Amino acid sequence: MAQVLTFRDALRATLMEEMDRNPAVVLLGEDIGVYQGTFRITADFLTRFGPKRVIDTPISELGFVGAAVGMAMLGLRPVVEVMTWNFSLLAADQILNNAAKLRYFSGGQVNVPLVIRGPNGAGVQLSAQHSQSLEALYAHFPGLWVVAPATPADARGLLLTALRGKDPVVFLENAALYGAKGEVPDGDAPIPFGQAEIMRRGHDVTIISYSRMVHLALTAAEQLAQTGIEAEVINLRTLRPLDRETLIRSVRRTHRAVVVQEQWRPFGAAAEIAAVIYEGAFDLLDAPVERVTGADVPMPYARNLELLALPHERDIVAAVQRTLYRQ
Amino acid sequence: MASKRGGAKVRAERTPAGPDLASSVPWYRLMVLTRRFEDEAERAFRRGKIGGYLHLYSGQEAVAAGFLAAIRADDIFFTAYRDHAHAIFRGTPPQAVMAELFGKQTGVAKGKGGSMHLFDVPRGLYGGYGIVGAHIPLATGAAYALRYQGTDRICLCFLGDGAMNSGSFHEPVNMAAVWGQDGMCPIVYIVENNKYAMGTSVDRSTVVTHLASKFGLHGIENEQVDGQDFLTVRRAAERIVARVRATGRPYAIEAITYRLVGHGAADLFQPYRNKGEVEEWKQRDPIQILERELHRAGVLDDAQVAAIHKEAEEKVAAAIKYAEESPEPPPEELPRDVSAQG
Ligand SMILES: Cc1ncc(C[n+]2csc(CCOP(=O)(O)OP(=O)(O)O)c2C)c(N)n1
Ligand SMILES: [Mg+2]
Repeated sequence: MAQVLTFRDALRATLMEEMDRNPAVVLLGEDIGVYQGTFRITADFLTRFGPKRVIDTPISELGFVGAAVGMAMLGLRPVVEVMTWNFSLLAADQILNNAAKLRYFSGGQVNVPLVIRGPNGAGVQLSAQHSQSLEALYAHFPGLWVVAPATPADARGLLLTALRGKDPVVFLENAALYGAKGEVPDGDAPIPFGQAEIMRRGHDVTIISYSRMVHLALTAAEQLAQTGIEAEVINLRTLRPLDRETLIRSVRRTHRAVVVQEQWRPFGAAAEIAAVIYEGAFDLLDAPVERVTGADVPMPYARNLELLALPHERDIVAAVQRTLYRQ
Repeated sequence: MASKRGGAKVRAERTPAGPDLASSVPWYRLMVLTRRFEDEAERAFRRGKIGGYLHLYSGQEAVAAGFLAAIRADDIFFTAYRDHAHAIFRGTPPQAVMAELFGKQTGVAKGKGGSMHLFDVPRGLYGGYGIVGAHIPLATGAAYALRYQGTDRICLCFLGDGAMNSGSFHEPVNMAAVWGQDGMCPIVYIVENNKYAMGTSVDRSTVVTHLASKFGLHGIENEQVDGQDFLTVRRAAERIVARVRATGRPYAIEAITYRLVGHGAADLFQPYRNKGEVEEWKQRDPIQILERELHRAGVLDDAQVAAIHKEAEEKVAAAIKYAEESPEPPPEELPRDVSAQG
C-alpha cells in the first residue's frame, strides 16, 4: 500500500515515527520548537517530545552542529536542522573536520551517527547568500554521506536509512519541493544509500540528476518524447555514495548522457558524474557528455535574472539534442 | 600567579596532610613519567622518528593531573592537540601513545591520528583535536548526552588560552549555560592558560586577560587556580567536579600555568619570550612543587623519588623500544575506519 504525501509530510512523519521508536533521537536547530520550524518540518514536535528532545538553539551553527557531533559520539542520534544549508558554512569546520574525520583519526573508536538536514538550492528569489547548492562541497569529503532526495518516497526511505546508520549524513532537501506530492510506500522501507532510481525508461539518451532537477529532467523527457526521442531519466538519490553501476549501465545502453545540476558548473557534481561516465562507458559514447548547470554568477534577486541563472527544461532539451546532433 | 587584571582570588585550598597527600604519590609518579615521556618524544622527533607536529605538555602537568585525579573512571574528557599527558594520566599505556607518535599499527589509533589525535574511548578520552577550539562544542554536546542518558557522569573540556578567542569557544559555552539551567550540561571547562598561543601572548590577543571572567559573560561560574600546584588544583577539582555532578551545570576554571618548552618541537628560538621568564617559571615546576610537599609531609623520601625517576626512565625507554619495533600499519589499513557502513 502507499499513500500520497507531500515531501514535507513525508519527512515529518518519518522523523516522528523514528522519534517514537528510538529515544536516542534528538533534534537541534534554530526555531524548530516554539516557532514550529521555518519550513514547518518539525511543527508540533516540541509539544509531542518535549524540550529535551527538541532543542531550540541560539544562532550558533558552529556551536550546535559541533554539540550534535559530540552527542553522536556518545551514542545519541542527533538530527540537526540547518535553517538552510547556506548557514552550514558557519559550521563547515565541524562538519568537515570533525564529523567526517573523527572516526578515521580515532582509528575507528567512535562513530558519528548524525543527520544534518535542511533546504539546499535556489528558486524562490532569495538572492546570492540564500540560494546556494552545496552538494559538491560536502560530497568532496570522505566520511560523509550526501543525500539529495527528489520525491516524497525518497525523502522517507532515505531519511530512514540516515537515521539508522552509524555515520554522518548531509541530507539535502529543497524548499521548492516541500509542497510536492507523491506516493509514499507505507511501512518500514529504508532506501539504501547508493541506489539510484530509473524514473523513466528510454534508449536514446540518459539524463542524470538529483533533487529538484530530476523533475525538470522528467518534464524535458516528456517534451522530447513528443519529438520521438526517448530519454532515460536517472534520479541519483545519493551523491556519496554514487551509484556508478546504474549510471554506467544506462549510458552503455543509450550511448549519450546529459547531467543536470543546479549549482555552478566549475568543479561541480556534474563534472564528477561525467568523469565516472567517461571512465565506465568511453568506448560506447556517441557524443561528449553534456552538462546543464546553473550560471556561473552569484544568484541574482530579480525574477527574470534568477530564472536565467537556473537550469530550465529547455536547456535540458537542447543538451539532449546536441548529444543527438539534432541542432 | 594571579593575573594582574580582574583581581579574582586564586583559591588556596591546601589540606595540611593526610590521605590526600598519600593518594597524590601515584600522581607524582605519573607526572614524572609524562615529563620523561615528553623529553624522550622530543628526542625521537629530532631523530626523525616522529613526524608532523609534536606539542609537549612539560610544565603544565599539574593542571590535567589535578583534574583527572578528581573524576571517576566513567567520566569523560576532551582536549586539544597537547594531549600526551592527558592520555597517560588516564591510564593509556605509554607505549601505545608512543607507538601512535611513531605512526605504528600498535598506536592508540593504529597510527592514523598521530600526536594531535589521541583517543582512548574505553578510558573516557574522546580525543585530542587539532583545530584550535573546535573540540569545545563536541565536549559540550557530549555533556548534554551524558545527562540525556540519565547518568551522573560528567565531562571535562581542556582548552588553551588562545582557543578562547575563537567562535568555537563562545558559541558552545553560551549554549552550555542555557542547557545548564535545566541541569543538562555537566561540564567543566578547564583553561590551560600557559600565557601563549604559539607566540601570541594573552595580553596581545585580548583586553580581558582575566580569562575565567569571560565565562561570566555567558553566565557560567568561574574561578582561577594556581595551575603549578597539583594539590591546589586537585582540591579545587574535587569541589568543582562534585558540584557539577550534582547540579548538571557548567563550571569554568582558568589554571594559570606555563609551558617550559616550545609551542611545538619545531619552536626552537621562541622569539616571543625571554629566557629570564622561562627560568623564573622553572622555579615553579609543578613536579618539584609536588615533590617538596610530599617530602615535607613524609609520604615520599629521597630513595623513593630516585626510584620513581628510574622507573619512569625505564618505562619510557620500553615505550620507545616498543614503538620502534612495532610494525607500520599495513596498506589494508588505509581505507579502513572512514565510515561505519560501506
Ligand atoms: C583554527 C586554528 N587556527 C590556527 C591553528 C594553528 N595553531 C595551532 S596551536 C595554536 C595556538 C593555540 O594556543 P592555545 O589555545 O593557547 O593552546 P596552547 O598551544 O598554548 O596549549 C595555533 C594558532 C590551528 N591549529 N587551528
Ligand atoms: Mg596557550
